[in-house]
Amino acid sequence: MGKTLTEKVLGRKAGKDVQAGEVVVVSPDYVLSHDNSAAIIKEFQKLGVKKVKAPEKIVIVLDHIVPAADEKYAQNHKSIREFVAAQGIPNFFDINAGICHQVLPEQGFALPGKVIVGSDSHTPSYGALGAFATGIGRTETACTWATDEIWLRVPETMRIDLSGRLRSGVFAKDLSLKLIGDHGAEMANYKAVEFAGPAASDLSVGARLTLANMSAEMGAKNGYFVPDAKALKWLEGRAREPFVAVSSDRDARYESVLAYDLGALEPQIACPHTVDNVKPVAAVAGKPVNQVLIGTCTNGRLEDLEAAAAIFKGRKVHRSVRVLVIPASWEVYREALNSGALAVLVDAGCVILNSGCGPCLGAHEGLMAAGEVCLSTSNRNFQGRMGHRDSEIYLASPATAAATAVTGVITDPREFS
Amino acid sequence: MSHGAVWKYGDNVNTDVIFPGRYTYQIMTPEEMAKHALEDLDPRFAAGVKPGDVIVAGKNFGCGSSREQAAACLKAAGVQAVVAKSFARIYFRNAINLGLPVLQSEEAVDALETGDHVDIDLARGEIRSAKGTFRFLPLPPAVIGIIAAGGLIEYTKSKLKEEQE
Repeated sequence: MGKTLTEKVLGRKAGKDVQAGEVVVVSPDYVLSHDNSAAIIKEFQKLGVKKVKAPEKIVIVLDHIVPAADEKYAQNHKSIREFVAAQGIPNFFDINAGICHQVLPEQGFALPGKVIVGSDSHTPSYGALGAFATGIGRTETACTWATDEIWLRVPETMRIDLSGRLRSGVFAKDLSLKLIGDHGAEMANYKAVEFAGPAASDLSVGARLTLANMSAEMGAKNGYFVPDAKALKWLEGRAREPFVAVSSDRDARYESVLAYDLGALEPQIACPHTVDNVKPVAAVAGKPVNQVLIGTCTNGRLEDLEAAAAIFKGRKVHRSVRVLVIPASWEVYREALNSGALAVLVDAGCVILNSGCGPCLGAHEGLMAAGEVCLSTSNRNFQGRMGHRDSEIYLASPATAAATAVTGVITDPREFS
Repeated sequence: MSHGAVWKYGDNVNTDVIFPGRYTYQIMTPEEMAKHALEDLDPRFAAGVKPGDVIVAGKNFGCGSSREQAAACLKAAGVQAVVAKSFARIYFRNAINLGLPVLQSEEAVDALETGDHVDIDLARGEIRSAKGTFRFLPLPPAVIGIIAAGGLIEYTKSKLKEEQE
C-alpha cells in the first residue's frame, strides 16, 4: 500500500513506517508563535525549566497587533522581546516583518517535507510548499518549547482533484469558498486535504497559500500541495536549509476524493456569520458596504494587491466606503511599491496599513460599529469578530473586494473585466 | 479499569453548549467550571454527574471554539472519558492534553444509552457493558502517559525532572 505525503513526512520524522490513525511523537522542525508568545511564556514558566530545549527551532513573529495598540499589548511585546533575548532565540521577527503565515514561507522556514507546528489555527498555510504544518494549543506550544517533542495523530487524507482553468475574475479564494459552501465547515475535520489534479500545478504559489490557509476553515489538520517545479523555483534563494521534497505515492490511500472543474467556477462570497454560508457574488450583489479590507494571511500577497489595483486603476473608492489595504509582509509591501500597485491603491483613496493581521481578529485598526458591513478578503466572518456584535462580515476575493469598494455595493468583479 | 454511568447525547455537541462562552473570562477554577458543564445542552447533568461517569455522543463532539475549558469542565466534573463516533480536531488535542480520555467507537455509541453502566479499560482498548464489549483503537503509550499524569503540563514537568536526574 502506498503512502500519502502526510504519512511519509510524519513517518520519516518518527523514524518508522506509519499510516493514518496512528499517533506518533515527533521533534518538529519549527515551532511558530506570535503575539500569543506572551501567554505561552507564562505556561512555560510553570514547567520548572529555565531554558527552552531547541531555541533555533522556535520562530516568533509579532503580527497580531503591530505596532502595539495600547499599554497591555506593549507590555506583551516587551515580555516577548525580553524572553527572546534571554533564551537566545535567533528567529525573531519584530513589528516590521509581516504576518507569520507570509513571513515563514518568504524566509525559507516553510519547506517541503518539514514538520511545522504553530499556535495559530492558520498554520496549515505552509502545506502550500509541501510541508506538514498544523495548528496546536498554547499549553502544548509551551511544552514543545521545553521538550522539543509533540504527539500528532496521522490524519486520513481527502484529495481534491482540480481540472480546467480559472476564468477571468475568478480566483483561488473563490474555489476555497465554493468547497466550504458545498461541503460545510467540518468537511475535512481532523483530515489532511491534498490539492491535486492537472490544474494544481497551474496555480501560483500565492494561490496555493490561499487554499492551504483556507483548509483550516474546512476543519483540516493540514492542507497541502505536492511540491512541483514551480514550488521549488519559488524556494530558490529562500530555503534556509536543505530539504527533501516528498510526494504522495500513486497507490496512496485516500479516504475520499472530490473533483472540481475550475472553469465552471464563478465568484463566491461567504455571507454572515459562518464561512460555509456561501453564495455566488451575483446572489447578493447590490448590498451596501461601509468598509473593505484587502490583506490578511489569506489574501495579502502581491498578486492579490495587483488584482485589486487592476480594478482601482483610474477609478476612486466610493465616497461611502473606507478601504483598508494591508500587504501581508514587508517583502510584499516593497514589491507592491516597486510594481506601482500601491500608488494605484493610494491614488484611488485606499488607506495603507502596516503589514500585520490588522482588524481581521478584531483587536485594532478599523473595527466596525453596530450595523456596519465589511467585505473582507480574510478567512473568518464569525459574529462580532471585527467589532460590534451587530456588524456583518462578508468574505470574498481581492477582485470582488475592489469592485465592491468602487461601487459601494457588493459587486461581481467580472463587471470590470 | 473504571466504572461509571452513561450520559448519551447526539451529533455535533459544540463547545458553546459544553461550556458557554459567557463564562470563559468569568470563571477560572475547574471546580466552578464543573458546575456549568453541559449547561446549555442538559441542565440536569452538572447536578447529577458522578465521578467515573461517561459521556457517549455522536459525530464531531467538541466542534466550534478552541476553548480549553470545554474539556477542563468535564474532567473537573468527574467524567472518566468521552466516547464518540468522532471528535473535532482541536477538542481531541485539548482533551488529551488536559488528561481527559477521548475514545472513538461507532459500535459503542450505537449500542449504549443513558443510564447504562460501563467499564473502560484504557490499556486494553475495551468498553465493557451488559450490552457487550466494544473495542476502540487503544491509545498509544505516549497519550496514555499524558492522561495518567493528569495532563500535558504535569506529564512534561515529571518528564523534564527525570531527564535532569
